[in-house]
Amino acid sequence: MAETMKLEIFRYHPEKDNEPTFQTYEVPFLEDWVILDAINYIKDEIDGTLSYRWSCQMGVCGSCGMMINGVPKLSCAVFLKDYYPDKIRVEPLTGFPVERDLIFQMDDFMTKLTEIQPYIIRNKDEEKPLDEGEYLQTPAELARFKPYSMCINCMLCYAACPVYALDSTFIGPAAIALGQRYNMDSRDHGRDARQELIASHEGIWECTFVGECSAVCPKDVDPAAAIQRAKVSSTIDWFKDVLIPWGKKK
Amino acid sequence: MITNHDIVMIGGGGAGLRAAIAIAETNPNLSIAVVSKVYPMRSHTVAAEGGAAAVIKDNDSLENHIHDTIAGGDWMCDQDAVEYFVNEAPREMIQMEHWGCPWSREPDGTVAVRPFGGMNIERTWFAADKTGFHMLHTLFQTSLKHNNITRYDEWFATKILVENGRCQGVTAIELRSGKIEVIAGKATIMCTGGAGRIFPFTTNGAIKTGDGMAMAYRAGVPLKDMEFIQYHPTGLPGTGILITEAARGEGGIMLNKDGYRYLQDYDLGKPLDIDDPSHPVKKSMELGPRDRLSQAFVAEREKERTIPSSYGHVVHLDIRHLGEKKIDKKLPFVRELSKNYAGIDPVYEPIPVRPVVHYMMGGIDTDINGATSLPGLYAAGECACVSINGANRLGSNSLTELLVFGARTGKAAARFALEVPHPDKNSLELQTADEQKRITRNFFRKGRGTERIFSLRKEMNETMETSAGIYRSGKSLKETCDKIKELKDRFVNIDLEDKSLNFNTELTSALELEFMLDVAEAIAYSALKRTESRGSHQRSDFPERDDENFLKHSMAYQTNTKPHIDYKDVIITKWPPGERVYGKEK
Repeated sequence: MAETMKLEIFRYHPEKDNEPTFQTYEVPFLEDWVILDAINYIKDEIDGTLSYRWSCQMGVCGSCGMMINGVPKLSCAVFLKDYYPDKIRVEPLTGFPVERDLIFQMDDFMTKLTEIQPYIIRNKDEEKPLDEGEYLQTPAELARFKPYSMCINCMLCYAACPVYALDSTFIGPAAIALGQRYNMDSRDHGRDARQELIASHEGIWECTFVGECSAVCPKDVDPAAAIQRAKVSSTIDWFKDVLIPWGKKK
Repeated sequence: MITNHDIVMIGGGGAGLRAAIAIAETNPNLSIAVVSKVYPMRSHTVAAEGGAAAVIKDNDSLENHIHDTIAGGDWMCDQDAVEYFVNEAPREMIQMEHWGCPWSREPDGTVAVRPFGGMNIERTWFAADKTGFHMLHTLFQTSLKHNNITRYDEWFATKILVENGRCQGVTAIELRSGKIEVIAGKATIMCTGGAGRIFPFTTNGAIKTGDGMAMAYRAGVPLKDMEFIQYHPTGLPGTGILITEAARGEGGIMLNKDGYRYLQDYDLGKPLDIDDPSHPVKKSMELGPRDRLSQAFVAEREKERTIPSSYGHVVHLDIRHLGEKKIDKKLPFVRELSKNYAGIDPVYEPIPVRPVVHYMMGGIDTDINGATSLPGLYAAGECACVSINGANRLGSNSLTELLVFGARTGKAAARFALEVPHPDKNSLELQTADEQKRITRNFFRKGRGTERIFSLRKEMNETMETSAGIYRSGKSLKETCDKIKELKDRFVNIDLEDKSLNFNTELTSALELEFMLDVAEAIAYSALKRTESRGSHQRSDFPERDDENFLKHSMAYQTNTKPHIDYKDVIITKWPPGERVYGKEK
C-alpha cells in the first residue's frame, strides 16, 4: 500500500454507549484529499456505521464542521497534507450535546437565530409596492453589512467561544452577527425590536471579547466586531435614554 | 403517529422556502410544513454562484429573455411557461430585494446586472459570486417570521402516500429517533432538487440524489425529458466544484493546451482581443450556451488538444487579465475555490476545468401551476419539469425559476388544499406500517447479501458517465439500461452494517441509492428512445435534430419491468422552431 495516515475519530452511539470512545482508522494519504474525503473513504470502504453531516464539499453549505486536533474547522476545507504524517484527531464540535459520533445537536442555535429576528423589519409607512422597484442602496451602504451576511451557520464560532462553553444561554457570535447584519442594512428599521435581546444579559454583555469566534470563522465574518459594535451602539442608546432623555433614539 | 398540515413541502431549498412563504403570506391560517433531510440552509441552492436572470434594464426586453431561453433550450421549452416565467421574473427578483437579499449595486444604488452565456443582453442579477447562498439564506431567514410554517429539519421522506386517488402526504424518517411517521397534507409539493449524484463528476452536493423525482415516479407520475442533462463546461477536475459562468461573463477566456481559444473552431463566432472594449461579446465564444461549450471540450479532447491531469483531461479558464482588483470584487469565491481546491491563484495562473454534470432539465411532469397528474401532488424547482429549460437550460434561469414557480406552485397548492377534505387518517396509518415493514425487510433483516452501497453507487456512476454523458449512442445506452437493471437486481442483496435507529446515515445512503437507480433508469431509457440530437442530448448515431418526430417531451412511466416511454407535444405559441445561432449577431 502507498502512504497512509491515521485518523482517530470520536465515536458515540446513544443506543448502546454510556460514554464516547475513540476509534482509529488508517486511510490512504493523498496530496489533494481534504479530511472529509478521508472520512468518506472510511464510511464507504471500512466502517458504514460512522455518522457525520456533509454535503457541498466546497465550504458553503456549513454542514461539516468538526474539531480537528481540537480546533473547529470545516472538514471539507482542510487538507490531510497539512497534518501529514501525524495522526489526526476528529471530534464533534464542542459546546453542543452530541447526537451521535460527529453529529451534534444544533436546536439551540435554531431557536436563537429565530429569536434574533433575522429578516427585514420595515416601518409600515416606508413599505413600497413591488411595482415601484427596488430600494436604492449604494455600494457603500451594502459594504457596511455585507461581511455579516456571509455567515454560513457552520457553528465553528460557537465551538470556539469560551463564554458559550460555560453558559449556553449566551446568544452567541453567529446569531448576534446576523442580528447586526440586519441592523446595519439601510433597508431595515428593526434595530429596536432586536435590541431587547441583543442588549440583554444573554446578549452582547456576556462576551468577554476573546475574539476566538472571528479567528475560526471560515468566511471572515468577524462576529467579534459585530458584538463590539453592538456594545458601542447599545451604550449610546443608554446614554440617550438615561442622560439625555430628550435625545430620542431612532 | 400522524401530524396534519394543509400543505407539505418536501425540501427546504429555494423552491420549497419560496413556496412556503408565498402560502404563509397569502393565507396566514393555513398550516405549512417544510420537511427537509438537512437543515434548510444546507440545501444545494446554497452553492449556486453566478446569478439569477430577470429583465430590468432599459436596454433589455422581455422578448429578448424569452427568445434567449427558447433558443437556448433548442425549442423544447413550453412557450406559455417561458412567457409567464420571463414576465414574472423581475417582480420576484425585486421581492427578494425587498426581503433584504444583498444584490450587488451600481454606484447610483440600483441593482447591477452582468452577462451570462447565451444572452444577447446582460440581465443576470448577482450577489458577488455567491448568489445562491445569499438567496437561500434570505429566504430561510425570511421564512422564520411566519409562525404558521412548521419545520421538520433532518426528516428524510421515503414515500408519497396516495389514498382515494390523491396525494395525502408522505412517510418520513425522523433521523434523530429513526421513527417513521406520516406527515399528512391536503397538498404536497416536491422541492427536492436534482440528481447530479447519479454521475461521478458533478457540481452537485451529496444530498442531490433525486429523492422527489423517484418518489413521484414510484407513485405513477411521469418523469419528463429526463435525457436532458446539463454539463457545465467549467468544473474543477476531481471534485467537480463549479467555477461560475460569471467568470466568463466578466471576460474570462477558454484555452486549450496550446493557449489557443479553441471555441472559435466550433461555430461560436470569432474571438475579440481581450483588450478590445467589446470583449466579451454576448452569445458568442466563451458566452455561448453550456451544451455547446461542453461538446466543444469533447471534440478538443478527441483532437488531443486538451491537457492531461490526474483527474482526466482539462482545458484552461483564464481570468488573469481581469486583474486582482476586479477578481476580488466580482469573483471572490472563484479565487477562494481555485486556491483551496485547485491549488492555484487565478490572479496569476489559469484555472484547470472540465465539463461536469450540473443540472437536470427534466423532472416531475407538471403543468404551468406546478400540478402533476396526481391530484394533490405538486412540484417546483429543479425536481420539476414545467418546462422552461427544454433541452438545455440557460445559465442563471434556474435561480429565477425556483422563485417564480416556487411562488406560483405554492399558491396553486394552497387553493387545492382549501377545497379538499382532511386526510384519511386510518388508511395513512396502515400505509405507514407497510412502509416501516418494507424498510425493515429490505435493510435490517438478518442474513442478507453482501453487496455494498459504495460498489453499486460507483458502478452506477461509471455506466452513466461512459454511456449517458455528453455524447451517447444507441449501443452505449442499451448497455447502460441493462447495467441499471443489473444494479437494481443486486440492490436487493445490499447489506447494512448499521442496524440502529439513531441517525443511521448508512440507511439513508441506501435509500438515496435506491432513488438514484430509479432516476437513472428513467434517464437511460428516455435517452435511448430519443433518436435525434437536440441541446444537451447528443446522439453520435443520430446527429441531427428531428423536429418532425421529436419536437415532443419524453414521458417516462415506471412499470414492473422497464419504463414505458410516451410523448407529449411541446407547446409552441409564437416562436416557431429555428436554428440556434451563436457568434453571428451584430
